[in-house]
Amino acid sequence: MQVRSQISMVFHLDKCIGCHTCSVACKNIWTDRKGAEYMWWNNVETKPGTGFPTKWEDQEKYKGGFEKNAAGELEIKSTSKTKIVPNIFHNPHMPSMDDYYEPWTYDYQNLFNAKEGSDQPTAEPISMIDGKKIDVQSGPNWDDDLGGSPIYAENDPNLEGLTEEQRLQLSSVERLVFFYLPRICNHCLNPCCVASCPSGALYKRGEDGIVLIDQKKCRAWRSCVAACPYKKTYFNWFTGKSEKCILCFPRLETGQAPACFHSCVGRIRYLGVLLYDAEKLEEVAKLPDDELVEGQRDMILDPHDPEVIAEAMKNGVSEGVIEAAQNSPVYKFVIEWKIALPPHIEFRTLPMLFYVPPMSPVQASKVEDTITHNSENLFHDIDDSRVPMKFLANLFGAGHEGVVRYALAKQKAVRWHRRAETVGDIDRETADRMLREANCTREEAEAIYKLTALCKFEDRFVIPPMHREQAIEMMKEPHEHREEVGFGFVGAPRRGV
Amino acid sequence: MSEGILNQFLFIALPYVCLFTFFLMTIHRYRAQSFSYSSLSSQFLENKHHFWAVVPFHYGILAVTAGHLIAFLIPCSILAWNGHPLRLYILEVSALACGLLTLIGLVAIVIRRGTTTRIRKVTSPTDWILFAMLLVQTISGVAIAILHPWGSSWFATNMSPYLWSVFKLNPDISYVVAMPHLVKTHIILAFLTIGFFPFTRLVHLLVIPNPYLWRKTQVVRWYGQK
Ligand code: HEM
Ligand code: SF4
Repeated sequence: MQVRSQISMVFHLDKCIGCHTCSVACKNIWTDRKGAEYMWWNNVETKPGTGFPTKWEDQEKYKGGFEKNAAGELEIKSTSKTKIVPNIFHNPHMPSMDDYYEPWTYDYQNLFNAKEGSDQPTAEPISMIDGKKIDVQSGPNWDDDLGGSPIYAENDPNLEGLTEEQRLQLSSVERLVFFYLPRICNHCLNPCCVASCPSGALYKRGEDGIVLIDQKKCRAWRSCVAACPYKKTYFNWFTGKSEKCILCFPRLETGQAPACFHSCVGRIRYLGVLLYDAEKLEEVAKLPDDELVEGQRDMILDPHDPEVIAEAMKNGVSEGVIEAAQNSPVYKFVIEWKIALPPHIEFRTLPMLFYVPPMSPVQASKVEDTITHNSENLFHDIDDSRVPMKFLANLFGAGHEGVVRYALAKQKAVRWHRRAETVGDIDRETADRMLREANCTREEAEAIYKLTALCKFEDRFVIPPMHREQAIEMMKEPHEHREEVGFGFVGAPRRGV
Repeated sequence: MSEGILNQFLFIALPYVCLFTFFLMTIHRYRAQSFSYSSLSSQFLENKHHFWAVVPFHYGILAVTAGHLIAFLIPCSILAWNGHPLRLYILEVSALACGLLTLIGLVAIVIRRGTTTRIRKVTSPTDWILFAMLLVQTISGVAIAILHPWGSSWFATNMSPYLWSVFKLNPDISYVVAMPHLVKTHIILAFLTIGFFPFTRLVHLLVIPNPYLWRKTQVVRWYGQK
């Protein structure tokens, strides 16, 4: 056993209201710069939809993530170790700006400088790259709330395997549905971006698992951009360096939640430590698709187990971190309750951001038979909900419905349990039967309810002490460090010539 | 200025100035501004013509550079290889083909840079000077291959000793002064390019990522470790 700690995350999709506050908080702090205008380290997508960059989940197109080769070994799909050599000059699977969008601003000067005429002058959109007028064809969140639309929703890669009828249902007006998928870097256990970097510029921090790009070592071979199946490494076209979500480590190191977490209006975001067994990494990443979700759970260790604690201490995990792991909300959602699931684990990077799948209304045409909640199958509305189970399974279960159904059934049981408790229009017996069938106890249901609905800051974010301040004092002058915190080096990131 | 002094300037002083600048400034730039070491890829901004420019150029230039290096380092084996006419023809023809590949790629690079507005925004004046130098260098190289054949042999017999003499700090220019003007131009521009090297994007070839092929798949860094 080799115990490591990882700062992990849960996004509760049932609570996301799609306000994009998270994206804006992140943008203002990190990517409001030349070369980074188009980057959204945090973005919120409408599902079904094509996402950002367009159709990022379609690995036929982008070749992100790992695949198993004939010998059963993991290989980077875009440029495996040997394929990088002839392809370093031109990466065949590198997305270009057209897959994202061309950033633009408006020609405000024209409002002041326009010649006198019979019309009001306008501020036309101009490209932020070459300053020319552009005809804006797409932009951030261009498909916001366009569930049901033919160009966006219908091209969602997660529709694969859905019946013709289910697809039609998703675009018929009275049965339309959509939900939001906020996305940041998943700080994976088996990051494909790190594996692909010819310069070794990307790395995972040993103490907390945050994945970073060393800006001084990045040489713009841009393998990571092609390799990350979530398209969460971005190429800065101006500095000639790749960049990505840094999980606001300067904030974490000073005990604050990352900006997107902190600002989240829906309070959907949870952050905490998970301890895991790094020795199992390779073995788990190679499991067959339908065993991946379980396999990843098996890697995550029980922070209360004395043996795990002893091993963790031996491996240099500090007591404070172990304590944080014991109080981790993420551990509860992912391991104890099993209602949070990794996105697209079939890409085999073992993402450490987990999603609680969203509940959705039942199909309009089914309303007749769902009014009666005394039906024999208490969970039938989960199978009849507007978002087809198969769709959610493609997103969160590597195509397998079991784990998703389990998570939704438990959520429904919790709701009915609370309804029995507070509204009282459901009898206790039915509620208990539902809990039983959803593999949940009353205590657990209460705990889920509390952490979902009544959660305070300190319940949602259990940030481990990073002890960086002590390490820093030993290694260098604190004042000098203060000037650099968050950047690693002083000096403008000037583009080379 | 007498021709003797001019030759001494061009083939002794200039090479040393250029080589000195090269070593001093690349090290200085790496230490002072390692952030600026990047291939400055423009694939993200323009991906349609990118392949047809960058790839032929690099395959060409790498083969040609390797050829020069081999002839410089092991001239005897080149001469031995060329001992058989057929093998000489094969070598000469493939060298010329690589030169043409470089030229085609370079022309494509320049056209792509000049005609795509997005890419023009990330092209510096230094880039244009560099492209001009590389273009003249490649054209003169190809012209030499056509006009003064069997370069692989006379490089080994004449150029290699000259270059060695420069590196041994005991320059002997008798080999080069007798060369045709075209060849002289090619030599002078080569040294100028080397001298200009640390101030351009060319530094990217000093950071080619060799350990990748045998390093572990995942990289983990612990605090305080660089
Ligand atoms: C193994 C060695 C080399 C590697 C791995 C390499 C790699 C690269 C890469 C990745 C780019 C960026 C291309 C892009 O995406 O826009 C580039 C550009 C460039 N390289 Fe190299 N290179 C190598 C050797 C050379 C050599 C020997 C030369 C010439 C003396 C050279 C000259 C250039 C030039 C001029 C550009 C700019 C091309 C443009 O305008 O798009 N490279 N190189
Ligand atoms: S801030 Fe929270 S609620 Fe709003 S879009 Fe982002 S994740 Fe959803």
